[in-house]
Amino acid sequence: MSLIEIKDLNIHYPIRSGFFNRITDYVYAVDGINFDIEEGETYGLIGESGSGKSTTGKAIVGLEKVTSGQIMYNGEDVTNKHNRKQMKYNKDVQMIFQDSMSSLNPRKRIEDIIAEPIRNFEEMTDNEERTRVKELLDIVGMPSDAMYKYPHEFSGGQRQRIGVARAVATHPKLIIADEPVSALDLSVQAQVLNFMKHIQREYNISYLFISHDLGVVKHMCRNLAIMHRGRLVEVGTRDDIYNHPQHIYTKRLLAAIPKVNPSGREKDKANRRAVEKEYQEHQSKWYDKDGKVFPLQQISATHSVALPPDEVAELKSEVG
Amino acid sequence: MWKTILRRVLLMIPQIIILSLFVFILAKMMPGDPFTGLINPQTSASQIAQIRQEAGLNDPWPVQYFRWVGNALHGNFGLSYQFHKPVIDLISERAVNTLYLAVFSVILTYLISIPLGIWAGRYQGSLIDNSIQFYNFVSISVPSFVWYLLAIALFGFVWHIFPTSGSVSVQASGFIGVTLSRLYHIILPGVLIALMSTAGNIQYLRSGIIDNQLEDYVRTARSKGVPERVVFNKHILRNSLLPIAAFFGNVITGLLGGSVFAETIFSYPGMGKLFIDSVQARDYSVMTALIVMYGFLTLLGNLLSDIIMSIVDPRIRID
Amino acid sequence: MDTSDELLLDIQHLHTAFRVHDEFFDAVDDVSLTLHKNEILALVGESGSGKSTLATSIIGLHNPRNTRVTGDIMYNELNLVGLNEALFNRIRGNDIGMIFQDPLAALNPLMRIGEQIAESLVYHTKLNESERNARVLELLDQVGIPDPALTAHQYPHELSGGMRQRVIIAIAIACKPPIIIADEPTTALDVTIQAQILDLLEDIQKEIGSGILLITHDLGVVAETADTVAVMYSGQIVEQGSVYQVFDNPLHPYTRSLLRSMPQADQDDEELHVIQGTVPSLVDMQRTGDRFAPRIPWMPASSHEENPVLHEVEPGHLVRCTCYKTFYFPDDKQPAAAGAGSSQNASEGE
Ligand SMILES: Nc1ncnc2c1ncn2[C@@H]1O[C@H](COP(=O)(O)OP(=O)(O)OP(=O)(O)O)[C@@H](O)[C@H]1O
Ligand SMILES: Nc1ncnc2c1ncn2[C@@H]1O[C@H](COP(=O)(O)OP(=O)(O)OP(=O)(O)O)[C@@H](O)[C@H]1O
Ligand SMILES: [Mg+2]
Ligand SMILES: [Mg+2]
Repeated sequence: MSLIEIKDLNIHYPIRSGFFNRITDYVYAVDGINFDIEEGETYGLIGESGSGKSTTGKAIVGLEKVTSGQIMYNGEDVTNKHNRKQMKYNKDVQMIFQDSMSSLNPRKRIEDIIAEPIRNFEEMTDNEERTRVKELLDIVGMPSDAMYKYPHEFSGGQRQRIGVARAVATHPKLIIADEPVSALDLSVQAQVLNFMKHIQREYNISYLFISHDLGVVKHMCRNLAIMHRGRLVEVGTRDDIYNHPQHIYTKRLLAAIPKVNPSGREKDKANRRAVEKEYQEHQSKWYDKDGKVFPLQQISATHSVALPPDEVAELKSEVG
Repeated sequence: MWKTILRRVLLMIPQIIILSLFVFILAKMMPGDPFTGLINPQTSASQIAQIRQEAGLNDPWPVQYFRWVGNALHGNFGLSYQFHKPVIDLISERAVNTLYLAVFSVILTYLISIPLGIWAGRYQGSLIDNSIQFYNFVSISVPSFVWYLLAIALFGFVWHIFPTSGSVSVQASGFIGVTLSRLYHIILPGVLIALMSTAGNIQYLRSGIIDNQLEDYVRTARSKGVPERVVFNKHILRNSLLPIAAFFGNVITGLLGGSVFAETIFSYPGMGKLFIDSVQARDYSVMTALIVMYGFLTLLGNLLSDIIMSIVDPRIRID
Repeated sequence: MDTSDELLLDIQHLHTAFRVHDEFFDAVDDVSLTLHKNEILALVGESGSGKSTLATSIIGLHNPRNTRVTGDIMYNELNLVGLNEALFNRIRGNDIGMIFQDPLAALNPLMRIGEQIAESLVYHTKLNESERNARVLELLDQVGIPDPALTAHQYPHELSGGMRQRVIIAIAIACKPPIIIADEPTTALDVTIQAQILDLLEDIQKEIGSGILLITHDLGVVAETADTVAVMYSGQIVEQGSVYQVFDNPLHPYTRSLLRSMPQADQDDEELHVIQGTVPSLVDMQRTGDRFAPRIPWMPASSHEENPVLHEVEPGHLVRCTCYKTFYFPDDKQPAAAGAGSSQNASEGE
């Protein structure tokens, strides 16, 4: 049994229009996705802007209303609020937000920000709480006098670490990390990523690591899923995705990553243009008539690709 | 867009109904009745009863309410017990007076506040800005009636420069004579109302200019080689006027509202004064008509503001 | 790039200082750079290193009340430093096009796209209105907008991020400026769109032969697009050279640390390299000695120059301070100079 299982998750936002403001259509932000996260692993969720990554993450922590489908935690359904409450799910599952500045209340001191989840879920005296906050700041490598300051007094990297401290305050089992390093400089990014790995080893935390940076995801995740237009186009291990990509969209993402090797750039560019051309010209092979991604088809023990069914047999024989 | 406007107008109907019910019940619950003031000690109890009966005041409330609504829909808001005139005539008379005063003061408000707002924003931190900020501070923190009283005392009673009451002199004759007399009567209250209501506009404009100056799109405009004067007018100023435009619908409908303090102090026979007078005299028919009208004007003003916004700001769509 | 190409910009000893609490602090400190026709010069460095400040100094958009710019920025015999506004306005947009980072914020929300592009034509060309409109459509087409006539009538909020950035590029190239400054043109965009925008920039450059100053903090972007590279730290250039020199043979400890801290293919589960300490703020910046020294505290003081200057280690390849000669990473457990030596070999192998 996996720590968390996402089963056919759908989140549709209604679009209202017309004279009576009736629902005329939906934004299919998340449109039937499945994946599992094991205990202690970092699972990657990649996709371009608007593909539905944040919506998925927010649904898992319970911040977004699920249209249909199930979220199972330790085998129990936590899709509805009542069950979540009973299982102390919200203590076990925390989130690090995409934008560290706007997710930290500017009028609260760091102490209160970090202590907030503790206050929600644990009974502690003021002294115990203060000690705990100090410990947490120490874990994220910040001096303890930081607790008396306000968010604007810190740099982006420091704020992101405060976000991490808050997320780990209740000893969670799973942290949804929504683009935790996208806004950070290289050296700070390295610091935060190392740190996330460090506390993972220490406390056996699982991550859902949401990102659009394939380099970072490759470094962090063993298993990952590529999301496009609310659906998953390819799911597999790091090796499956990076070394044997099947879906054109995955290939396109991989081809677009700039590489730090100037000597190979003409070749990269030619490759990128070829993939782009294929993507433009063979839409119908990869997307159905409504422009939607096909359902996932398993092509090996770990690797699934969104393909029309008749393509699968062919691929299976190829992959072996 | 037309559909949305129509829907919004239709939505106003239940709001008005709720307001009218509320007002009606409130009026009924107030102590005394409109005749309390008219009745002298000699009037016998049976006479009073008869007057009340004739006025329909003994009918059950729902009956009274529907009668009132039915009449109102025909433009008949009843008689003012105080002025012995149909309410509708009374209001239209006063509305005209208020309109003169309000148009004058609103125009003046914009004439004063826009240049001051621009100066304050453009020369932030300068002596000009500080003086304007001081003026704002004074106009907000000292209650307006203090200035009205001071002005009428000095310009009216001490120096006799302006009249101290009324909207037009009885001696005035001929179109030009009447117009000039009207103008003469609204100058003092008009100027003072204007001076007291610039603070919001100035503040919005000033902070809009200060904020917009730092926007990336202003930098883009400069990087195109657009002269600073044009950058200011076309990019900074235009975008800073949005919040003022957003309020304009309410300003238009507010023209009929009248200013309670100014009209009372300057004894100017407008809507504001009418309202105060009718409250004091328990002139229910006038009071309820005015409140329903104010409610309607507010709703209409909001709608107008939204329409104006959707015209001047392409990001806002009302559909 | 062909070094014989015409020199467009010659920046010499540029200092740009901001006033903080009534004192001026150099955010750009003695920077000298050249930009040639057909060249893509990438300026890299972490946040706060002074990249945007340098760009803004070139196009003269600093607020003179709290900024002091000294040194020379020569463009065609004309010194842009201290140039009067009227003259500068003839150069902005016409001779220098600027592309900004945040494509939504950089467009006026109340103006139609077409109008915003045409604005630059109004002040720099003699085209009449209908000619301008035709040129706007041509530009939108050139930057890859599928339906130029429609887009010209739209407002910024109606476009996607990638489309907006194309519009910004259209504005920048409207008058075919010989110099284009692109300040983080793709930072806000997805990788796939980033790739398209960078390709577009290259295509445009080939077409009008501009020199591009490309500011970025993404080393991958630099390696994929630049001809020459300048690495900035704390307001100074610490390493400079052709893209091959800098990537195949990085010498300055900062350049090497940056490259090492990238999550790289095939280094899998290892810890990423972290540069110790933080980028100092403008006011706290150390102004004497090697500014990067506090970030590599294991290097002995004797390895640094007292007043670090740029050394030409091979033609066109400049490195600040002599500490690169002995620099090593403590976790390498390799003999001191090996880092530099081994990469030297790599570049010879080319
Ligand atoms: N509250 C909402 N109402 C309507 N549509 C929404 C809402 N929230 C998100 N969406 C839409 O759902 C889709 C997915 O959004 P989401 O924020 O999950 O994307 P994302 O993958 O996180 O993108 P990014 O990389 O930009 O953060 C988008 O098309 C977005 O416009
Ligand atoms: N107007 C200003 N007044 C005072 N200090 C400023 C101003 N603009 C920038 N600075 C400071 O100058 C330094 C350089 O800033 P600059 O914006 O040039 O950095 P950058 O390299 O472009 O960084 P980023 O990658 O974050 O854009 C920073 O320390 C910054 O805080
Ligand atoms: Mg998101
Ligand atoms: Mg910058």
